Amino acid sequence: MMLQAVSDPLLKVENLVVEYSVGGKTIHAVSDVSLDIARGETLGLVGESGCGKSTLGRAVLQLRQAVSGKVLFDGHDLTELRGEALRRMRRRVQLIFQDPIASLNPRRRIGDIVAEPLVIAGVKDPEERRQRVNEVLSAVGLDPALVSGRLPHEFSGGQCQRICIARALVLNPEFVICDEPVSALDVSIRAQILNLLEEMKTRYGLTLLFIAHDLAVVKAVSDRVAVMYLGRLCEVGPSEQLFARPAHPYTALLIEAIPVPDPDVRPTQSIPVGEPPSPIAPPSGCRFRTRCPRADARCSSEVPELRLVAPGQLAACHHPLI
Amino acid sequence: MSGALLSVEDVAVDLPTPRGNLRAVDHVDLVVGAGKTLGIVGESGCGKTMLSRAILQLLPKKAKLSGRVMFDGQDLPALSAEKLRKLRGRSLAVVFQDPMTSLNPVLTIGTQLTETMQEHLELDLANARQRAIELLAAVGIPAPEQRLSQYPHQLSGGMRQRVAIAVALSCEPKLLIADEPTTALDVTIQAQILDLLAREQQRRHMAMIIITHDLGVVAGRTDEVAVMYAGRVVERAPTPSLFKQMRMPYTEALLAALPKLDAAPHTPLPAISGRPPDPTRPLKGCSFSPRCRYSAGRCGTEKPHLSAAEAPDHLYACFHPIAAGANA
Ligand SMILES: Nc1ncnc2c1ncn2[C@@H]1O[C@H](COP(=O)(O)OP(=O)(O)OP(=O)(O)O)[C@@H](O)[C@H]1O
Ligand SMILES: Nc1ncnc2c1ncn2[C@@H]1O[C@H](COP(=O)(O)OP(=O)(O)OP(=O)(O)O)[C@@H](O)[C@H]1O
Ligand code: SF4
Ligand code: SF4
Ligand SMILES: [Mg+2]
Ligand SMILES: [Mg+2]
Repeated sequence: MMLQAVSDPLLKVENLVVEYSVGGKTIHAVSDVSLDIARGETLGLVGESGCGKSTLGRAVLQLRQAVSGKVLFDGHDLTELRGEALRRMRRRVQLIFQDPIASLNPRRRIGDIVAEPLVIAGVKDPEERRQRVNEVLSAVGLDPALVSGRLPHEFSGGQCQRICIARALVLNPEFVICDEPVSALDVSIRAQILNLLEEMKTRYGLTLLFIAHDLAVVKAVSDRVAVMYLGRLCEVGPSEQLFARPAHPYTALLIEAIPVPDPDVRPTQSIPVGEPPSPIAPPSGCRFRTRCPRADARCSSEVPELRLVAPGQLAACHHPLI
Repeated sequence: MSGALLSVEDVAVDLPTPRGNLRAVDHVDLVVGAGKTLGIVGESGCGKTMLSRAILQLLPKKAKLSGRVMFDGQDLPALSAEKLRKLRGRSLAVVFQDPMTSLNPVLTIGTQLTETMQEHLELDLANARQRAIELLAAVGIPAPEQRLSQYPHQLSGGMRQRVAIAVALSCEPKLLIADEPTTALDVTIQAQILDLLAREQQRRHMAMIIITHDLGVVAGRTDEVAVMYAGRVVERAPTPSLFKQMRMPYTEALLAALPKLDAAPHTPLPAISGRPPDPTRPLKGCSFSPRCRYSAGRCGTEKPHLSAAEAPDHLYACFHPIAAGANA
């Protein structure tokens, strides 16, 4: 899939397949996904619950072994690295989770939680660790003197997410996977954290994979957006272009379903009834065909490949909208 | 308003907690007319669910309720437990965020639907079954007949919420309270469920309260909106007027903080700094004052009351409301 090749990819995912096996059945969580992320860019990844977003993120980090495919980070195939070599590469990639409170150890102090990656990475000098921790805590808008000695339960969801972001940044990573970092937060707090992530990205020169199911949130922070459905990639393209002229019927449906805070915009009544099919027995051909208004015979017999539909924009559809 | 189906008058809910008394709902007044839809919007913890539980008379045991809740000519807090149970099965229905709160996991979908109808509508089993099938079809469940013998856990989240709605609609309620009915669902399923509620509401001329934290959800689907902050209603207006002209700074800030689809990527969001006050440590002045960019003078020392200063149906609680035309 050389079509999407960006000029200077930091991450290249090639034909990645990830499966789970549950009670003798195979869940096709990620099927033949390829993507590139350029150095310094934010790629947004959207799709319905269960479509495989987190699995993709975890497979990139080698937290879940892929069945096949490659994950090239800065030219090294992470799927082939083992032991110390893998640990060294993984230090350059960090993960921020959806549930900030659950991802912090309730019995440890904030200072120790944020310092933990440094300890694991072998930074022995406590003074050096303290300095680095204070630096990132200040960067995320927390006062190190006030928060370092306290426990997670003393903080709100938004503050816990700031702590998680500090912990993810403490090793100076190049690449951060944000898995629904604001989904559990309230509107007013969500805006604070989105702004913070943008600020951190600029300040530390980060490359981001930003996973979310909220399209408006994804658009706010992403240079390009990738849309996933039932384990497969439907469409990838520059954010504004993709929202203005979606090529894949599923992308169009997602955009249409967003509730708009404007009483003059009548909600659409055209959302077809139907729910995502099971990832255990995904439909043949195009996986979206059971809900697609444009589906025909070819859609059930032939898997649509990603192909260029506009400059920089790719869609996997036999009958794209553009 | 004389034609009111529901009127909530000066309702307050207090909860004892280890940190002291927590006022979850603070002197709220609301009115819902027959066949109308009210949206209640606010962030987590502002008291939306406690308010709906106060209306339904389903508060936690230790909660203290004051004020009046008049529904269909009856003073609900004064009714016996038995009368209330009858009422909730019939004319006052509810759908929660988690459909499993409304559904019984050990009963089939058919049993849950037919039992309520047999009890409250006094239908025989055959008729109840027939109506159950019709209801499931009406809420968009494919192969409704086969579903009757299934259990809730055999359905997806979206399907379960449809079943919960079918149960809520089964006795033709006069008022349906939907407490974040779609928060746990994906956007496409959310749109389907909201469409379904709107359609059934119109068809049945039923009144509805939609509770949500998403201003987008209420914009196109309600007649009136009440915005809550720290237990109080801080602004209330007919939906078009509210969106045309927000007067209370919190409402305006809440809308501004939403990422907009028509904004360019990387546009910084006008975030609201800080967070809501600890409900066990109520502030003396306006609850929003520590976060409000217009805060001045008595904002920190005196509570603004919800009142209609200019238009009779547009109420807000603020000493320095946003000037007319400023955010239109
Ligand atoms: N540990 C696991 N064991 C078995 N199946 C799993 C596991 N984790 C995920 N799955 C299944 O794999 C599929 C993809 O799940 P995944 O969590 O990646 O989706 P997602 O897009 O992140 O969803 P969400 O938006 O709900 O977080 C789903 O069908 C899910 O049920
Ligand atoms: N059973 C309870 N005992 C004590 N306090 C409670 C209880 N349930 C809720 N509260 C508190 O009452 C206040 C109002 O809670 P409520 O559940 O009504 O908020 P909400 O607006 O529905 O929030 P959300 O959007 O998260 O559902 C909160 O401060 C909450 O912590
Ligand atoms: S390939 Fe066919 S079914 Fe799939 S999205 Fe395109 S038109 Fe629809
Ligand atoms: S009363 Fe004062 S602090 Fe409260 S919202 Fe109005 S201007 Fe802001
Ligand atoms: Mg996930
Ligand atoms: Mg609630």
